[in-house]
Amino acid sequence: MREGRILLARRVNRQEIVRKFPRREDQLLPLLHALQRANPQNYLTPDDLRAAAEHLRLPLAAVYDAVTFYSMFSLFPRGRHIIRVCRSPTCHLLGAIPLIEALERELGIRIGETTPDGFFTLEAVSCLGLCDRAPALMIDGESFGPLAPKDVRELLTQYREVKR
Amino acid sequence: MKAFAEKKVLLSNVGAIDPERIEDYLDRGGYEGLRAALKRSPAEVVGEIKESRLRGRGGAGFPTGLKWELVLKSRAKTRYVVCNADEGEPGTFKDRVLMEGDPHRLIEGMTICGYAVGAKRGFIYVRGEYALSIRRLERAISQARQRGLLGRKILGSDFSFDLEVRAGAGAYVCGEETALLESLEGKRGWPRIRPPFPVDYGFRGKPTVVNNVETLANVPEIMCRGAAWYRTLGTGDSPGTKLYPLSGALNRPRLVEAEMGVPLRTLIYDFGGGLPGGRELKGVLVGGAAGAFLAPEELDVPMDFKSLWEIGAGLGSGAVLVFDETACVIDVLWSVLSFFAHEACGQCTPCRVGTVILLSLLEKVQNGSGDPAVLEKMLKVTHLMKVASLCPLGQSVRLPVETALEKFRREFESHLKEGPCPQCKATTEVHA
Ligand SMILES: Cc1cc2nc3c(=O)[nH]c(=O)nc-3n(C[C@H](O)[C@H](O)[C@H](O)COP(=O)(O)O)c2cc1C
Ligand code: SF4
Ligand code: FES
Repeated sequence: MREGRILLARRVNRQEIVRKFPRREDQLLPLLHALQRANPQNYLTPDDLRAAAEHLRLPLAAVYDAVTFYSMFSLFPRGRHIIRVCRSPTCHLLGAIPLIEALERELGIRIGETTPDGFFTLEAVSCLGLCDRAPALMIDGESFGPLAPKDVRELLTQYREVKR
Repeated sequence: MKAFAEKKVLLSNVGAIDPERIEDYLDRGGYEGLRAALKRSPAEVVGEIKESRLRGRGGAGFPTGLKWELVLKSRAKTRYVVCNADEGEPGTFKDRVLMEGDPHRLIEGMTICGYAVGAKRGFIYVRGEYALSIRRLERAISQARQRGLLGRKILGSDFSFDLEVRAGAGAYVCGEETALLESLEGKRGWPRIRPPFPVDYGFRGKPTVVNNVETLANVPEIMCRGAAWYRTLGTGDSPGTKLYPLSGALNRPRLVEAEMGVPLRTLIYDFGGGLPGGRELKGVLVGGAAGAFLAPEELDVPMDFKSLWEIGAGLGSGAVLVFDETACVIDVLWSVLSFFAHEACGQCTPCRVGTVILLSLLEKVQNGSGDPAVLEKMLKVTHLMKVASLCPLGQSVRLPVETALEKFRREFESHLKEGPCPQCKATTEVHA
């Protein structure tokens, strides 16, 4: 299966990643970002946390403490692509709620969930700095907006086609 | 009265150059500010910035020259420069536009700062969501290194300095400077108790300048053209230009640059193109979620630090969020409070619990189930948060709540009597 091969190819050796980082505490966030990025399911596994703790000579609890603080890190599997939809004041004012409802409807999931095919995770976040294009969202590092509920289907279909 | 037009100083290159090519920046006089700085002593550079009366653009308006002087005069050998690029204040997108559109301006400003305060290393802490900013900055840094504008013995001088981009990971509170330093050190972003301030005890306990992106972007221009020129712009108390992110019910929501002191009315009706469909303006939230609500009678206020403090508001990030007659103030405040409830870091009780209590009190107002004492209760909670919260996040929640209640009291009272309006209904149903 083509899909499966792509996933395998992306699974870089954990130790290879870890070794690139100096053994200093302040490397924790960069290292966690790198480990999470290498995981096609977009999360940090218990082995990732252990490897980070060992390499930086930190207690595992310190790593866990940091990971659970930041909303971009996850301890559970997520989709290959993460949709972050803004619900802060400007977007709220200009229609974030109907936009979120349309996303939930089209994807068939609620905020925080992943589509059954593992392609998208939907997250609601605070201001993305796209307020001039509100209501706005990001998929991974890419920005989209302003979006009306009726734009959602086309956006998702196109994104699936481009990234398949 | 002075007529205000847009004035591009910080934005002069944005959109006009290819941000991925250092040649474009150099062609337009880029890195001349750094050359000028290296010809002078660090104390002279700090003196020039002091004379310019540049105020920090991160929200608090602290005098930049004074901050630098405190680090320059410290006795510690190791010092750092940290750029706060964690931009997360709702309604704010100015630093992103600068980093994406003209990354070298920031790098040049930071390098001048490093020279002035005696730092050898600097960090740009960019919020993790700003993927394009991160890419552009990393590329610009490596181009600057190749040309001897960063690294060892910059431009043949004895000054060595290097920069690193660090990505945040999704936490608004990390924009608070001490939380940012904790995060940079690899920990959760819990604000530190201040004092000591970062100028004494910063990154890894060393004296550190923490400045906002826009603040540092002013520096090359001041070095090139001098403090006297800089002070011809803006007001006596707040010189220079300011970036104003305009959003909400506007025909042309966008980032504009104008001299400090431009009236709010000009920003909205001239630069922002006014309200769509001829709608009536109902109010403005100025300075972000941690800002103040202003009523239509207040539109002539000059948008600088001092003028806004004088009317009990604040310039904050310069963000201007406009809402019209079709919006419900209680609903806007609901969105502000749910932002704070979500972003409170949880370290201290007044803020962690206070934000949630405020939200539940406001929901009572929204659905008409509260008694009139609810409004007084809200003010009690914000007062308590003001005096007892550990960091400015919790302390500043009072501003939007108090100004909303003061200026739109009637709307709160009518919700209390009659229950939710159509906007409130949508909000409460989804989030029930
Ligand atoms: C909750 C909170 C969030 C903040 N977010 C930012 C931010 O995103 N960017 C910023 O430059 N300053 C932010 N600040 C202000 C910083 O603490 C600090 O005052 C600023 O970086 C100093 O730089 P300046 O002197 O150049 O303004 C925030 C403050 C608080 C309390
Ligand atoms: S005031 Fe709020 S954000 Fe600041 S330390 Fe306390 S809980 Fe955290
Ligand atoms: S409020 Fe939604 S991007 Fe800023």
